[in-house]
Amino acid sequence: MSNPFNKLDKVLEHSVRLQILSILVVNESYDFNSLKEALELSDGSLATHIKALEREKYILINKSFVGKKPNTRYRLSEKGRQAFKKHLDAMESIIKSQKK
Amino acid sequence: MPNKSKYEADIASIRHMMDRTSKFISLSGLSGVLAGIYALVGAGVVYFMVHFPRSPFSYRIETIQPFDTIMKLMAVAVAVLVASIGTGLWLSSKKAQKAGVKIWSASSKAMLVNLAVPIVSGGIFILILLMNGHYGVVAPACLVFYGLGLINASPNFYDEIRYLGYSEIFLGLVSASLPGYGLLFWSLGFGVLHIIYGSLMFRKYDR
Repeated sequence: MSNPFNKLDKVLEHSVRLQILSILVVNESYDFNSLKEALELSDGSLATHIKALEREKYILINKSFVGKKPNTRYRLSEKGRQAFKKHLDAMESIIKSQKK
Repeated sequence: MPNKSKYEADIASIRHMMDRTSKFISLSGLSGVLAGIYALVGAGVVYFMVHFPRSPFSYRIETIQPFDTIMKLMAVAVAVLVASIGTGLWLSSKKAQKAGVKIWSASSKAMLVNLAVPIVSGGIFILILLMNGHYGVVAPACLVFYGLGLINASPNFYDEIRYLGYSEIFLGLVSASLPGYGLLFWSLGFGVLHIIYGSLMFRKYDR
């Protein structure tokens, strides 16, 4: 049997990134400030994680202005959805294999 | 090598984030029960104002014609609506505060938009019905549009809200085929159903 640990997504090993994706799975799009509130993170640390997800093209970014304020919204890409699902499957099989 | 509990914690946090960011979980079941009681009180007031001493279960041939009766009915309906929304907001903000979440969030905004589209269009439609004198289908239309609003907003709520929506639509359609019993069906839909579903939700989520 193949080792389920190899199927884990290295980028998603970080729980904050996994949480960002899980928010985007159930919400069509989400803005930076609402993400910050939901995850209780600082601007800097959220930006770092977003950048990591952006680099993998797991999320899509849509920048616009509401009045004079910049409003940045994020969406899940198809690649991100697949990666999220694969990572969940891997976690599931690890938990299962260790319960035996 | 990370152990199993890290993954179990990850999965728990995923579930938590999904619910917290997509559902308006602060909705209090108690506010449903109270809204139901207000609706029954309102229906009682209307009954004594308009129909008394005729039994509420007997079939009515005549329709409500005088303009001031319509105005009184609308005043009662608006009072019930305002009291229900006020109680809902008050209890939900209390519940949100207790849970340490904000009541005005991306998910509650989405919920309001989803709820408002069928309900506002239904409200305008009902006003047009009233202006044209189609009083008999007003109560059924209230129930049907309210049910559609609930179903449209149900992804942002717990599952019970969707079933409440189906029940309201069903009652509305039955009511539309029995035009003399508008007030009775209105009391069932806005009173009794709210009390039933509100207490179900209160038992499941509020304790």
